[in-house]
Amino acid sequence: MATITDPPQGAFRLSMLINDTRYRSLTFQAIALLALIVAFAYLGNNLMSNLRAAGLNIDWGFLGSAAGYDINQTLISYDSQDSNARAAVVGILNTLLVAFLACVTATIFGVIAGVLRLSNNWLVSKLMSWYVEIFRNIPVLIWIVIIFTIMIAVLPGPREFRGDDATASMVMNAFAFTNRGIYIPAPVWGPGSMVVVATFLASVIGVFAYRRYATKLLYDTGKLLPTFLPSLGIFFVPTILMFFIMGQPIGLDLPALKGFNFSGGIKVGGPLIALWFALSIYTGAFIAENVRAGIQAVSKGQTEAAAALGLRPGRVMKLVVLPQALRVIIPPLISQYLNITKNSSLAIAVGYADITATLGGVTLNQTGRAIECVLLLMLFYLTISLAISTVMNVYNNAVKLKER
Amino acid sequence: MKKSVFLGALTLASLGAGVAAAGTLDDVKARGKLNCGVTTGLVGFAAPDANGVWEGFDVAVCRAVAAAVLDDPEAVEFVPTTGKTRFTALASGEIDLLARNTTWTFSRDVDLKFEFVGINYYDGQGFIVPKELGVSSAKELDGATVCIQTGTTTELNLADFFRANNISYEPVPIETNAEGQQQYLAGACDTYTTDASGLAATRATFENPADHAILPEIISKEPLGPLVRHGDNEWADIARWTLNALIAAEELGVTSANMAEMAAGTNNPEVNRLLGTEGNLGEMLGLPADWAQKALAVSGNYGEIFEANIGESSPVGLARGLNAQWTDGGLLYSPPFR
Amino acid sequence: MSESQNNQTAFVRTETIPQSPPPFTATGPVKWMRENLFATPANALLSIVAAYLIYLILAATLPWILNGVWNTDSLAECREVLQGESGACFSVLSERWNQLLFGFKYPVEYYWRPALAFVLLGVAAAPVLFFDLPRKMLAFTVIYPFLAFWLIWGGTILAPILAFAGFVAGYVVYSRFVKNSFATGFFGGIVAAFVVWTIGGFLIPEGASDNAMLGAVPSRDLGGFMLNMMLGVTCVSLSVPLGIALALGRQSRMPLIKMICVVFIEFIRGVPLITLLFVASVMLAYFFPPESSVDLFLRVVIMITMFSAAYIAEVIRGGLAALPKGQYEAADSLGLDYAQAMRLIILPQALKISIPGIVNIAVGLFKDTTLVSVISMFDILGMIRGPILASTEWNGVYWELLGFAALLFFVTCYGISQYSQWLERRLATDHR
Repeated sequence: MATITDPPQGAFRLSMLINDTRYRSLTFQAIALLALIVAFAYLGNNLMSNLRAAGLNIDWGFLGSAAGYDINQTLISYDSQDSNARAAVVGILNTLLVAFLACVTATIFGVIAGVLRLSNNWLVSKLMSWYVEIFRNIPVLIWIVIIFTIMIAVLPGPREFRGDDATASMVMNAFAFTNRGIYIPAPVWGPGSMVVVATFLASVIGVFAYRRYATKLLYDTGKLLPTFLPSLGIFFVPTILMFFIMGQPIGLDLPALKGFNFSGGIKVGGPLIALWFALSIYTGAFIAENVRAGIQAVSKGQTEAAAALGLRPGRVMKLVVLPQALRVIIPPLISQYLNITKNSSLAIAVGYADITATLGGVTLNQTGRAIECVLLLMLFYLTISLAISTVMNVYNNAVKLKER
Repeated sequence: MKKSVFLGALTLASLGAGVAAAGTLDDVKARGKLNCGVTTGLVGFAAPDANGVWEGFDVAVCRAVAAAVLDDPEAVEFVPTTGKTRFTALASGEIDLLARNTTWTFSRDVDLKFEFVGINYYDGQGFIVPKELGVSSAKELDGATVCIQTGTTTELNLADFFRANNISYEPVPIETNAEGQQQYLAGACDTYTTDASGLAATRATFENPADHAILPEIISKEPLGPLVRHGDNEWADIARWTLNALIAAEELGVTSANMAEMAAGTNNPEVNRLLGTEGNLGEMLGLPADWAQKALAVSGNYGEIFEANIGESSPVGLARGLNAQWTDGGLLYSPPFR
Repeated sequence: MSESQNNQTAFVRTETIPQSPPPFTATGPVKWMRENLFATPANALLSIVAAYLIYLILAATLPWILNGVWNTDSLAECREVLQGESGACFSVLSERWNQLLFGFKYPVEYYWRPALAFVLLGVAAAPVLFFDLPRKMLAFTVIYPFLAFWLIWGGTILAPILAFAGFVAGYVVYSRFVKNSFATGFFGGIVAAFVVWTIGGFLIPEGASDNAMLGAVPSRDLGGFMLNMMLGVTCVSLSVPLGIALALGRQSRMPLIKMICVVFIEFIRGVPLITLLFVASVMLAYFFPPESSVDLFLRVVIMITMFSAAYIAEVIRGGLAALPKGQYEAADSLGLDYAQAMRLIILPQALKISIPGIVNIAVGLFKDTTLVSVISMFDILGMIRGPILASTEWNGVYWELLGFAALLFFVTCYGISQYSQWLERRLATDHR
């Protein structure tokens, strides 16, 4: 009678490295490691010998030396005598600025288009589906160039605002749309303005507190307080009152034509607008698709069940459909944000001073430190991407269906 | 799918071809083509015509070197480079010679390890403004928006100039001359600044060149010249003396018209040495004796090249100015051929 | 009783009333409009706003397009013809179409070659895209890359033939040994291919390209929309196998291999394509052996392929993860080893699920090929922003050129995404 026994465990033989599945993975990994080391050694060796042949070296000293060039849009103070490192920081801030602005507007565009695309209105839904198709299927770089060209070629230059027979004029005497950018009034913070700001912040907190209270009251007693009008009141009334009590401390600095350009007010540069608008409208088309998919992913039974409970359509949307749709919408939404951040590097096509244009552009050109600059550039984007994907993972874990 | 390995093999093949040769001269000879870096397009200096044939002042230098080395002015591969890519292209060996109106500066020569082989154009940075602005001096540009090509010395000069004069400006960085032109004409910037020669070349392409003025201030020295990699002195010598041959030929009165006649022998020994009928200068360079004749045969001497591409009779319309021979009060001064 | 009552009735209808037409407002276009455009006041307002928007767009563009001028030599002449009226100057397209499509250096007399390659691309791609076509057509697909290479670059025909021979040798060796073990077959195939290429490399005579049947064109002379197409097609087809390998590596139980793949994928996905193109244009040259030169086209192909491979790997990983665990277990229970299980059971299903995702990546990648214009390659956008807008004749013609480029991309990308949707419906067999 044959009995099934384990085959005898022989001593380890070299051939087991190839034939035995338990050890084979070790062989493969060893080969992979070896190949990796060889590849890196080969590339590194080439790099070294190339650099030696060219008499160059890897040196980070250039970051500390004076940049020597000016940047037209800076969020922190900067002039041409500041270091290359500071120029890079200016670029980083500009990248983050345009990415943030574009994320906000892209979400707005996307949500509006996504919801309207599901509208019963034939004309509107067709219009939105054309918006989505046209913007998704044409490269973002072409959009950036097109919108920048619109800015430059269609909007009037400051020159045309001048003189008695000016061909262009300011809107409401406060906004000037020129091909160098849009000038808007800037707030002037007078004495006492901090009180107004503090009041405003307090009323924002007040709105949240009131809403919380209303919800608590609803759950505890079943009494339904109106929320919309009181919120609006808390939001605006105290701030406006305080504004007049303190004697209108916040004034407006209107842009005015002076010399070659408008001065005063805040200038939103043409490149920033082109990049911002192009990124938002392009990514908005993608977000619209995500939103549509998210809403459609909520099964009709949910809506019907909510209606059966007697909820009004607004509340069905707010309490039942949206929370479930968001679970589907948010992950791709965040990866769209990631795309916006990465696509903002196309700033270089319109001369917006983001990190790619300062560190990867002018600094690279002026110092000739190509390897160092490109490495730093990649490091920056990598950090941003990893940070955003960490946020995404945390969120995904938080909203994961709690299966019990 | 199958292509990946194939392209890999191509890479290997091209690697194999490259490794064998040592110096740049041998490389160029083995390849049968001179790789010459030029701009992406600046009328008069280097720009492809409607048929895609490159022509211009810098292009002529490339062709002269190609003719001297390979006996064929057409054996040039023109590699368009931007301000950003030009130095890497040269350093990495993608091009053998960079003739892209590049300014000779200390740090480029010493720190970036390049070898400027001479100066083919003495330039300086200027400003162009629309006449309707009524500006007559660059010092009146306080608060102006200035279009500037990034990655060039002009960007640094500009910052220095405005800083030194304590006036403010707003830079609009642009990548190529075409974009600068577009933005300037649309009024997105009040003035466009680059080398004065470039401004003249750009103005020549405007619809109404007369509406635009080049301001009198020249805010920097911009000696433009071809450059090669540091360390290959043989190759640098060839490029340097080809350029000198063009300049010396003008000084000595050798033109494309009378060259054949002069090559038969003249009583000026320097002309004879230049044209290779006397002495063995060519041999010293590792080239045939008549190398300079071939270089000169392409489009004539320096003066002829200048006139044809950027001179007063061309659309660009530049005066010789500093770029006249030293005998005519300019700065061009070729070391003797001896 | 009831009968008598009936008889007393004065009039009884014996036939049904002919159906009267529905009220005017509940039929035809009016009904449709009421339901679809003016259901509620808010909806009506939306419709009016939308209609006004459409009117604005059409009012601005239609006269401009219809007034278009097609046969002048410069913008100035266009303006003369139009005399201040709104109208497009399409002459720039009729004069420079060749530069927009092929770049400004590709020899005019060779235009038929890329055009033919493009047409053949359709033939070669058809059996891959549409499963109903006869499988024998795949044979042409296999030959196509070599044919296209020869058509576009020209030069000696020996080079593509040699490359093809290498693959044939590799395949023969592979199919001979694969029954033994996949690894032997796979690596044996690679070795065989390299042996053929190396030997063949010595056999091709020096200067074979000089008087070949098709004149050689250096890759620096490629440009225009052709360059976008070539980068798109080459990089996507190269990155699919690489992406599969990366996805499998990321799923692997071997920690080292998994780590390499994860680092590679996350690194590439974390940086913008433009920085990778900078690497290709300013850095990569330093990593090749000294005194060798790899042309920019190849360097860009390498970087874009790596870029899209990372994204495709993630799509395929999704496909692998979506397969029920039972499939893996079934493969194991049949006694298949890893290579067999992957080749015969897992990958065919996982790839099928991933195809729509891969197509999306491909569309995105194709659009991203315009980025090469930033590193001074003359693709269609580079041609527009560079030589054409810089020329004296066409300085200031933006809309026509950018619109043309946008139209080309729209047609291509919209076509591909429609295909992808069709495919998705086609492949959704298991849900019915």
